[in-house]
Amino acid sequence: MEELTNLFHGFAVVLQPFNIMVMFIGIILGVLIGVLPGLGGANGVAILLPLTFTMSPTSAIIMLSCIYWGALFGGAITSVLFNIPGEPWSVATTFDGHPMAQKGQAGEALTAAFTSSFIGALFAVIMITLVAPLVANFALKFGPAEQFSVYFLAFCSFVGMSKEPPTKTVASMMIGFALAAVGLDQVTGQLRLTFGFESMLNGFDFLIAVIGLFGIGEILLTIEEGLSFKGGKAGINPRVVFQTWARLPRYWATSLRSCLIGCWMGISPAGATPASFMSYGIAKRASKNGDKFGSGEIEGVIAPETAAHAAGTAALLPMLALGVPGSPTAAVLLGGLLIWGLQPGPLLFVEQKEFVWGLIASMYLGNIAGLIVVLTCVPVFAAILRIPFSIIAPLILVICAIGAYTVHNSVFDVVLMLVFGVLGYVLKKCNYPLAPLVLAIVLGDKAEETFRQSLLASQGSLTIFWANGLVGTIMALGLIALFWGAIQVGWTRLRLAASPASSGRA
Amino acid sequence: MAENTQSADAGGPSQRAVEAGVALGMVGFALVVIVGSLQVGIGWGDEGPKAGFFPFYVGLIIFAASVINLLQARARIAGERLFAEWSALRQVLSVVIPTAIYVAVLPWVGIYFASAVLIGFFMRWLGRYGWALIAAVSVGVPLAFFLVFERWFLVPLPKGPIENLLGL
Repeated sequence: MEELTNLFHGFAVVLQPFNIMVMFIGIILGVLIGVLPGLGGANGVAILLPLTFTMSPTSAIIMLSCIYWGALFGGAITSVLFNIPGEPWSVATTFDGHPMAQKGQAGEALTAAFTSSFIGALFAVIMITLVAPLVANFALKFGPAEQFSVYFLAFCSFVGMSKEPPTKTVASMMIGFALAAVGLDQVTGQLRLTFGFESMLNGFDFLIAVIGLFGIGEILLTIEEGLSFKGGKAGINPRVVFQTWARLPRYWATSLRSCLIGCWMGISPAGATPASFMSYGIAKRASKNGDKFGSGEIEGVIAPETAAHAAGTAALLPMLALGVPGSPTAAVLLGGLLIWGLQPGPLLFVEQKEFVWGLIASMYLGNIAGLIVVLTCVPVFAAILRIPFSIIAPLILVICAIGAYTVHNSVFDVVLMLVFGVLGYVLKKCNYPLAPLVLAIVLGDKAEETFRQSLLASQGSLTIFWANGLVGTIMALGLIALFWGAIQVGWTRLRLAASPASSGRA
Repeated sequence: MAENTQSADAGGPSQRAVEAGVALGMVGFALVVIVGSLQVGIGWGDEGPKAGFFPFYVGLIIFAASVINLLQARARIAGERLFAEWSALRQVLSVVIPTAIYVAVLPWVGIYFASAVLIGFFMRWLGRYGWALIAAVSVGVPLAFFLVFERWFLVPLPKGPIENLLGL
């Protein structure tokens, strides 16, 4: 009950006129940042952090966290309309969101995406409010082996769920890991794979890879197929919104599952991106319409968006309660807390009640504000679609270049972006999936670190990954996911052998 | 790309050849990763696995997967399937080359001037717009970027002589 009192006190703080204004500014900036590829959530929050120094910490965290919510909402817009994920966690949204837009259902796709985001976030916030101490305690027990097993599961799911040949998925993913390994080794502080090139010291940033592979690569694919830019029409109006809302309750099971996956992945340090992919993959397996996924199935939009937003929100829980950020953006927010003179960790809940509960209250209100803003402002983004390709193409090239440059203020990154762009075009044409590559660059360092820490603890023995029930279960799930394709083939053959008369061609 | 006997536009590189080329490129990449890992050590050091330990096995997996992909490119892809027609590839290059030039001159002429030229070039060449509209968009867009980044987000972008001349 004490939490409830604190929460209502938090609402009172957020509902001050200045904080409401700050909330809407944050949301609008966030959507803008989420829509512009390259100006990601983490990036945008980092850039805007200095602007908040003059505010009270509570107003500042409201603004920055609202930028985060806005970016989570905004990523869906470019994914659906342009097939360019504004954020890595909206990559999975492109799989079905963009085909829907191509079929003229952009309004439905966007409404589904926004609403799912909202539901995912709401679920995660309620979870944070109610079970924060419990879950924090559980996640505290996570050792490196458990963390690695979560990564293992996420990556294996890729191989098993991908419709491309498994060896191509593996090759693409491992190239991502190799690129992530370039530069300074986190554990020993040693330089590796740089071959004496100074520009490689810092390794490859996943933002550059994302901008190149998805932004530039997509433009090249589009231009090869002819000069029509395949942005779907965004006919979003109240009628479409209410019609879509009427359809959504049918997918309650997918939503609930995605919420749970999102919260789980958000609290464990896996984050929003693998959560969205895992949720998409599992929804594809579980749905009656699973074989239609990828051709514009609304469930394929609901699943990743719900999970991504739930994970993105849940990622703030370990950051607040333990001082361990669950996502890059949460890490930037954590940096903000330190600058404002607040020490993240369990003590925060005791010493800075107003701050913590103001933040949690702003999660509720910020997401409601976000839903209103994106649903009403989509026509503004729809206007972008009416601009002809010969104008929008150089514009996207310029935005990508600026985005790549601003990541590290480095011109070399812009060159890299173009290289990744051409690479992305060729790989996509050869049916190599690009998402695992990007995800591996993002998580490579962490996956490697946890792997090596585990081995260090076990003196090099791989048995540590089966040492207890928790890690063993996650690893076993990972192995099942890895060989899912083979298991299915085997199962089909078994069934065919058992009842040769009842089935046609597999 | 040996079978370029037909007229220039109808043919193109075969899917099989390109996929084999990509797989070979990945084998090469894998070897580079393996060599780089061996240079820093792949064994067990004072702090546990050495720096090259993880990338070494990553390199091995890329190598194995790419060899399989190489073999499957021969076995699974029909020889007559085209990667893309030459005319389509020319279109792609007509975007890649101007963009490459744009990227190359960025550090010297500044991002705003280069962007204006790039936008103007595409509008004239692909869209055949009138010069008035081209001027409006190709000046207006970089100006908007300038306001957003330099003034609003306070992110300095590369500037060249033109920007300096204008006193920005």
